[in-house]
Amino acid sequence: MPRAAAPAAPRVAMPVQPAAERVRNFEEVALGYTFDMAVAEARRCLQCKRPLCVKGCPVEVPIPAFIAHLAAGDVGAAYRAVKTANSLPAICGRVCPQETQCVGACVLGRKGEPVAIGRLERFVADQYVHMDACDLLTGARDCTPVDPARRVACIGSGPSSLTVAGYLSTRGVKVTVFEALHEVGGVLVYGIPEFRLPKDRIVAKEVRALGTQQVEFVTNRVGGKTFSIRDLFEQGFSAVFVGVGAGLPRFLGIPGENLNGVFTANEYLTRVNLGRAYDFPNHDTPVILGRNVTVYGAGNVAMDAARTALRLGAASVRVVYRRTVADMPARREEIEHAQEEGVVMQTLVAPLAFSGDERFALRAVTLQQMELGEPDASGRRRPVPVPGRTMELETDLAIIAVGTRANPLLLASEPGIAVDQRGYIVVDEATGETSMPNVFAGGDIVTGAATVIQAMGAGRRAARVIAGRLGCPQD
Amino acid sequence: MSHRILHKEQLIPGQTSKLVVDAPHIAAKARPGNFVILRVCDKGERIPLTIADADPDAGTITMVYLVLGKSTALLETLGEGDCIRDLCGPLGRATRIEPCGTVVCVGGGTGVAAMHHIAKGHHRAGNRVVAVIGARSAGLLLFEKELSAFCDEVLVATNDGSRGRQGLVTEVLRARLEQDRAVGEIVAVGPVPMMAAVAETTRPFGVRTTVSLNSIMLDGIGMCGACRVTVAGGTRFACVDGPEFDGHEVDFVELAQRLAAFKDMERAAHDHYCRCQADA
Ligand SMILES: Cc1cc2nc3c(=O)[nH]c(=O)nc-3n(C[C@H](O)[C@H](O)[C@H](O)COP(=O)(O)OP(=O)(O)OC[C@H]3O[C@@H](n4cnc5c(N)ncnc54)[C@H](O)[C@@H]3O)c2cc1C
Ligand SMILES: Cc1cc2nc3c(=O)[nH]c(=O)nc-3n(C[C@H](O)[C@H](O)[C@H](O)COP(=O)(O)OP(=O)(O)OC[C@H]3O[C@@H](n4cnc5c(N)ncnc54)[C@H](O)[C@@H]3O)c2cc1C
Ligand code: SF4
Ligand code: FES
Repeated sequence: MPRAAAPAAPRVAMPVQPAAERVRNFEEVALGYTFDMAVAEARRCLQCKRPLCVKGCPVEVPIPAFIAHLAAGDVGAAYRAVKTANSLPAICGRVCPQETQCVGACVLGRKGEPVAIGRLERFVADQYVHMDACDLLTGARDCTPVDPARRVACIGSGPSSLTVAGYLSTRGVKVTVFEALHEVGGVLVYGIPEFRLPKDRIVAKEVRALGTQQVEFVTNRVGGKTFSIRDLFEQGFSAVFVGVGAGLPRFLGIPGENLNGVFTANEYLTRVNLGRAYDFPNHDTPVILGRNVTVYGAGNVAMDAARTALRLGAASVRVVYRRTVADMPARREEIEHAQEEGVVMQTLVAPLAFSGDERFALRAVTLQQMELGEPDASGRRRPVPVPGRTMELETDLAIIAVGTRANPLLLASEPGIAVDQRGYIVVDEATGETSMPNVFAGGDIVTGAATVIQAMGAGRRAARVIAGRLGCPQD
Repeated sequence: MSHRILHKEQLIPGQTSKLVVDAPHIAAKARPGNFVILRVCDKGERIPLTIADADPDAGTITMVYLVLGKSTALLETLGEGDCIRDLCGPLGRATRIEPCGTVVCVGGGTGVAAMHHIAKGHHRAGNRVVAVIGARSAGLLLFEKELSAFCDEVLVATNDGSRGRQGLVTEVLRARLEQDRAVGEIVAVGPVPMMAAVAETTRPFGVRTTVSLNSIMLDGIGMCGACRVTVAGGTRFACVDGPEFDGHEVDFVELAQRLAAFKDMERAAHDHYCRCQADA
């Protein structure tokens, strides 16, 4: 049993940009701890003998150990401890759903407020994100020499592949990451907005750190088009990791969905984040700036789209959802941040049709009033239409964020890889290996849309097995 | 890897140019009907261009583009020896090429270049290829010589009659279909109104008509949905399900409207660019 909780000090609050200010910029919302704040928060940790927090972490960061170093004021040692398990700590410290993982499991949470583990991870990582030196990354004095005869390819450059690359390169394996887009990072770059995850200051830096470990990044290469998996084996790669994410957007299936001004969240966010459309015309990618914006869906993606639209100058932004705020799948913190910023939650309505003007531009949406009926298979009360209750809402930008499906592009060219009925890759749970020998897969293309850390966990599992097959040390 | 421009030729000065680019990995896989997505520079947008020709031995691909707005104007500033920032491909499905007797390939404007690669594919598959190309006047006609090298016939129509027959490509096409029963397929590449007109021309004859759609694209790998088109009443993605579709099933009215989605911003980008050029 952990020590009986002493009357714990209150949790150190995280400074954030005031809502009225942040809706006018793309700067990060949460500002991060100072050194004194981080040390004070670290001192709240009980240093449990059997730490529950570590069990809650999909990549098993040695949480009490890193926090102990931090509590003693040794940030460098704390960073090295984190890095032994997590190759992207500055990213995870920002976007992990900690409240359901490490923080959710922290013993202090039973009586009071759990340790703010994610904020501490973020603090520690941010101190070193500007330094690419190998000793800081790996704890070893020099970068592990890479053996060009042991080569592994990753397809896609999201968090699952980056984890594979980080793990294997520190064990001397030459890793090449092939990415279809022109920037490396997957959803971290084209999906999650700048104000939650800075692209140049954080994502690019953590990717560059992998570069110093001699990971090679090749952009503009599409698996299934520019090359096949078979080609990679012919080029001498001994194993392939598939981390292509789940990209194909879903639609609402209602009339008017192809009007100009109706975007999928993927298109909207990719234009703004990857194309930097928020800086148009200095950057060339355009996006429609709505006055009255409506967003369909209520997950993290919907919140990101809604908050982005506000920052691009919308007069009103509404998240349209057929259940209630309590039923929304997004993280609480994201919903609260969105509401503070002025996003309106238009609940218990479902879209029936979009209508446009004579120039084919979106003008309005017709909504059906809903009420909650009997519980459905998911245990939640099923929304049912209230007869005769419809209304029209003005909207010139509609963003559809109702989920994605597996993108069949790569798999269509590789019939040797087994997929389930929904098109996701089937893997051996223990190893991450697909039905094609020495081809592994992980992340959203296996699980469907999930989280950064789950994708990383899958990458780590596969990388361990690959390392074993190549005769490298495994942990 | 370098995407270096090995050869540049202004086909119609100030309007249409041809680039031969070093891209062995794309050349090796490029099939008729495929396209690439490129970015000219670091702040550039992703734009699609058809692979007009590919030489796997030399490791090069050829692109022909019309200078239209900011991105193509930027592309036009590059010369031999310069590199294109990002070049991704080959993308899209390859043209379905089957033995079918005579194929009539109709090209309009820059579309003639895209059609060139498809016509070549049909020729290599043993089909008899009749090219029908059009332009407003003789000086704007593309690829007549290149097509003559392997097409069985090259029929030309110009609006002003300065070359070939005076009139539209659809008139030449209709005349041909009326006298020639052996036409097994029509392929049309060009501006949307032209492809729509070709589809209407061939509909009464019931001949299979393939069109290559130039919808607005962003990622080009099926993730964003920007390129969606309505075909036979259903939603299809031009970048991965196409870009070629059965012309008799395409909703061309919607396609034309969607192509205007960013009109105001495209103008703003172009004006901004011209202002910057003037200041520089
Ligand atoms: C808007 C948004 C917000 C999110 N917010 C959070 C959050 O706050 N916290 C959290 O934990 N998770 C969040 N997620 C989910 C999280 O980002 C994903 O679960 C995670 O990124 C999945 O990682 P992955 O490695 O499977 O690949 P992805 O990140 O999906 O990356 C896949 C990469 O592969 C590339 N690719 C695809 N096909 C090919 C091909 N054929 N050849 C080469 N490359 C290819 C793609 O271009 C892409 O770069 C969010 C997702 C979105 C969309
Ligand atoms: C599969 C495909 C193949 C193509 N092949 C060729 C080709 O071989 N030669 C050629 O000259 N053109 C081709 N195009 C069209 C070319 O992509 C556009 O002309 C180009 O994007 C215009 O960019 P711009 O900035 O110069 O002009 P803008 O001012 O941005 O746009 C002018 C017009 O171009 C179209 N357009 C704009 N952005 C895009 C985009 N991202 N994707 C598609 N269309 C867009 C719109 O209709 C727009 O009104 C092709 C398009 C597609 C989809
Ligand atoms: S973070 Fe919480 S669970 Fe983990 S060691 Fe500290 S007090 Fe215990
Ligand atoms: S261009 Fe994004 S799905 Fe086709």
